[in-house]
Amino acid sequence: MSVYFQIAYLIGAVAFILGLRGLSDPKTARKGNMTAAFGMGLAIVTSLLYPMADSPDNYAWIIGALIIGGAIGWWSSAKVEMTSMPQLVSVFNGLGGGSAMLLAFVEFMNLLQVGTANKGLSLLTILFTLFVGAVSFSGSILAYLKLDGKVKDKHVTLPQHQIVNMVFMVVTIAVLVYTFMNPSITSVSIATIVCILYGISFVAPIGGADMPVVISLLNSVTGISAATAGFLYNNQIMILGGILVGASGTILTVLMCKAMNRSLMNVIVGGFTATGAAAAGVAKDQGPVQSTQPIDVAILLNYASKVIMVPGYGMAVAQAQKYAKELDTILSKKDVEVYYGIHPVAGRMPGHMNVLLAEVDISYDKLLDLDDCNSHLSDTDIVLVVGANDVVNPSALDDPGSSIYGMPVLEVWNAKQVIVFKRSMKPGYAGIQNPLFFKENTKMLFGDAGATLKGIIDEIKTLD
Amino acid sequence: MAGINQFLGDNMLSIYLLIFACFLGFELISKVPSVLHTPLMSGANAISGIVLVGSIFFLRSADSSDTVALVIGSIAMIMAVINIVGGFAVTNRMLSMFKKKPKS
Repeated sequence: MSVYFQIAYLIGAVAFILGLRGLSDPKTARKGNMTAAFGMGLAIVTSLLYPMADSPDNYAWIIGALIIGGAIGWWSSAKVEMTSMPQLVSVFNGLGGGSAMLLAFVEFMNLLQVGTANKGLSLLTILFTLFVGAVSFSGSILAYLKLDGKVKDKHVTLPQHQIVNMVFMVVTIAVLVYTFMNPSITSVSIATIVCILYGISFVAPIGGADMPVVISLLNSVTGISAATAGFLYNNQIMILGGILVGASGTILTVLMCKAMNRSLMNVIVGGFTATGAAAAGVAKDQGPVQSTQPIDVAILLNYASKVIMVPGYGMAVAQAQKYAKELDTILSKKDVEVYYGIHPVAGRMPGHMNVLLAEVDISYDKLLDLDDCNSHLSDTDIVLVVGANDVVNPSALDDPGSSIYGMPVLEVWNAKQVIVFKRSMKPGYAGIQNPLFFKENTKMLFGDAGATLKGIIDEIKTLD
Repeated sequence: MAGINQFLGDNMLSIYLLIFACFLGFELISKVPSVLHTPLMSGANAISGIVLVGSIFFLRSADSSDTVALVIGSIAMIMAVINIVGGFAVTNRMLSMFKKKPKS
């Protein structure tokens, strides 16, 4: 009888693999997501009906939890603005890790009841799951708070935080080893709290443009916690699903690090915030900036033949993508070529800008990646930097002292004229000054990116 | 030592699975256009909610009079369900914006 259930799990596992493969190609991505969701549904139903001798089942609790969780998940995913997508994914990820942590905790209690003699490896698996799940849980929640601007880097970063983290790591392992030797409710409760605190401390010094990398890393950590939990239940689909996420998350993390020309180690140690803060403090006076008005930009655009927009998180915040599309339509009618330069880490997540531009029906072939865009720039008349900052910072190329030195950037200053849309002269997310603003061919257009873009659109319409 | 042998004996197939799945995961994701990074991360994240299966087995075998275990297990389950339903739904929402095929 139970063989049919095993076959159902197998089909679910294959659906996960096909789903992930589908998700990595634009043509099949949507189908891939559906396939993976189908596999998940099958795994859930199979687990609900799996024949178990003499089990109390507690279906009332299970159905209740399914309904509550399903409703919250559905509601929050339908309600969220595309802009806050990275935060939401981070929260979801934290909940997955938290679930693994709680499971490890209650399984530990079960193990205490039946006695821990000869259960060394089960105990080890439980404690490992507890650790990984807890770090993913608290780390993701802090990542969410940071992305949402509720917690600022400087509030949670201690001086010499790298050393603090190393000591903390040793302490955490020591507490886990102690719990392993002396399993009791008290020791496991303390271990859980220490693991949660370690997760917070782990993410605390990481900030700036590194946030997407951390989310991806924590995503893979959650996968690993699900896989080790699978060993507790000797359940293959948990192991397979968890490890698939763990491995693919790791690859994705490395891809992102490559895009920023940094190593994963460098990101985790968190050089960004530490040196970034110092750099902002000693920023030398670089002279006055030139500011401009929407009417002037409108006239420039009217006589341009090639325009590139470089969107960043500021565009997302201002919800300015719809105005970008409108401007694009107007300019295209005037035979102006319009492209978009997309830096791999623009926004708060890789691909964040692509999602926003797709939302307003801007076609794929207008989106240029880093290398493409840089080769286009020399014969571009006007670059509109809409809410991007660190990804167009020349310091990355010519200032070895800068914390973003070595990161490939969009070399927008090679265009004839650069217009930077910005609220104020405040530094970007990485907290460092941007010499681009002081260049001769750069003009600043201050204000909310949505409002100023709309201003330009109105002015261009009057020029006809 | 006996414990380790016992564990390996009981779980050898699972360990094979673990290692093969590692390689499979690396291979599946090695070439992804950056436009899909966010949806892929979000979709993979939903799959990691598979930990839900563990919470189902825990709740099904938990003692019906042990309220503490039932409550903690249910919370674990709610968290995993949010991760799964929200994850797949939000991924679908992101991908539905890419409906128009690229011309290139």
